[in-house]
Amino acid sequence: MKILVITEQRQGKWNNTSFETLVAAQQIAADTGSAISALVIGKGVASFAEELAVKNIAEVLLVEHDLLEAYTPDGYSLALSQVIASSKPDLVLFPHTYQVRDFAPKLAAVTGKGMIADCVGFHKEGDKIVFVRQMFQGKTAADVTFQGASPWFASFQSGAFRADLLKAHPSGKAPVNKIAVELKPEQIRTKPLELFKEAKSSVDLTQAPVIVSIGRGIKAPENIPQAEALAKAIGGEMAASRPICDEGWLPMERQIGSSGQTVAPKLYLALGISGAIQHVVGMKGARTIVAINKDQNAPIFEIADYGIVGDIFEIMPALTAALEKAKT
Amino acid sequence: MKIIVCIKQVPAKDAPLAIAGNWIKESDIGFEMNEPDSYALEEALRLKEKHGGEVVAISMGPERVKQTIKEALAKGADRGIHIADDQFAQLDPLSSARMLAEALGKENADLILTGLQSDDHGFGQTGVLVASLLDLPHATIIMQIEVQEKKMRLKRELEAGWFQHIECPLPAVLSIQSGINKVRYATLKGIMAAKKKEIASITRESLGVKSEATQKIEKIYVPTKTKKTEFLTGTPAEMATKLVEKLKFDARVI
Repeated sequence: MKILVITEQRQGKWNNTSFETLVAAQQIAADTGSAISALVIGKGVASFAEELAVKNIAEVLLVEHDLLEAYTPDGYSLALSQVIASSKPDLVLFPHTYQVRDFAPKLAAVTGKGMIADCVGFHKEGDKIVFVRQMFQGKTAADVTFQGASPWFASFQSGAFRADLLKAHPSGKAPVNKIAVELKPEQIRTKPLELFKEAKSSVDLTQAPVIVSIGRGIKAPENIPQAEALAKAIGGEMAASRPICDEGWLPMERQIGSSGQTVAPKLYLALGISGAIQHVVGMKGARTIVAINKDQNAPIFEIADYGIVGDIFEIMPALTAALEKAKT
Repeated sequence: MKIIVCIKQVPAKDAPLAIAGNWIKESDIGFEMNEPDSYALEEALRLKEKHGGEVVAISMGPERVKQTIKEALAKGADRGIHIADDQFAQLDPLSSARMLAEALGKENADLILTGLQSDDHGFGQTGVLVASLLDLPHATIIMQIEVQEKKMRLKRELEAGWFQHIECPLPAVLSIQSGINKVRYATLKGIMAAKKKEIASITRESLGVKSEATQKIEKIYVPTKTKKTEFLTGTPAEMATKLVEKLKFDARVI
């Protein structure tokens, strides 16, 4: 089998999920006796290709074009569909980034194929590869298989594989092969403009050793002071899952998850957070995770070290009091 | 402008899920509008208020889906389209998108909106696929829409706090990021008005779309735990005291 991995970089920096996806590819290749091509796409990105060449892969494909300097879904899907037509991979793997969400389904659709997106793992059953993804906001897992002939398209979620397991090339270096693609300016319908960040954050949650995070279970903004009192007693920073910031109950800069910050504090206290995957990818690296939730089946308990099934409005004040008492 | 919003009906957030093969038992649970889609609907209603035109809500699924279309009408959508299909939950993303695209193509909308993803399958592909099948430009994870002459200026969310402005011609398909706006509630007046609004029903078969499945959900199951969770029990005060002890002396994090 031939595996093609589409890597991602922007403004001179790798998106590190690319390496995790390469690890997934190496593991699938080892199980299926496959060869891996890793692809770098953009303009002036040859140095990225050189960096990939020392990894344990068969070749690096370098796709460069003036019209690929800035990402557009039209440019990327047109260029990559040409690469797929010429290099004929069986399995095309992507890191599940916001950019991949934007173009990969289109790329699969123009080749008349499907994509299994946001996978967290795989296993082999006979000669079939079974992809594991989550459904119902992480409450269930699903085994998914491709139907029909290849090429097949799949993306792996951030954190699903460990980038530090990436194997180096056994004998030095894989060849870097340039692939020419044809693109015309009129084929690219959207026009990318400037990249920017919103007003500078006043808080850097990535540096906080203790984080007290609230989710939908907090129910109303009037209840937030209870969580803040707990945060004060434990010496932690306040954070939240996306819905809380969407409601404006806490500022966006305190949002943890795929669209917010990724943190790895020594202690993460999740209050009334169900543990939807978009949240979990942002905090599963925490050393100790405490989850307090009324639903004993909440997916947050799957990654928690300590769990309390109960009403956060009873537990929060009790915990604040216990912390204050422990200080004396 | 004519705006169509694709809305999915999903199991209610607090519904207890009983797994049955590769789907869930639907008999005892409630259903609701997919939350990300409610942001897309709200955005469509706001664009209509600003620029005039029509908002159409389209949804695919069994008879119960009509209730969610009615909710969209009560909030202010002008009419609904129901693609009646009892097997919708079994469709792969590309096949669903082909059905939707066939129905949407006939409407010649200026703008098609979807939510970011569904809270049940969570494929997160429908908007992009529909755009590709209708050969329309698209953009995803949109946080702001400014309609200009025959085009839009959009704010697209990237990862790690980054954003990007892009220009996109009309007609187009946009996937809306949750949190782009504050979703309205239906008013009593709206609910009354919705009773007179039209919901056109079409069957999946009548669309005449043939689509081979590209992927199959073999089974769903409760995920295997990666960590051993130590559950604390007792009264709230007892659990709190135990937790503080664990954090202090076992985990040594406070």
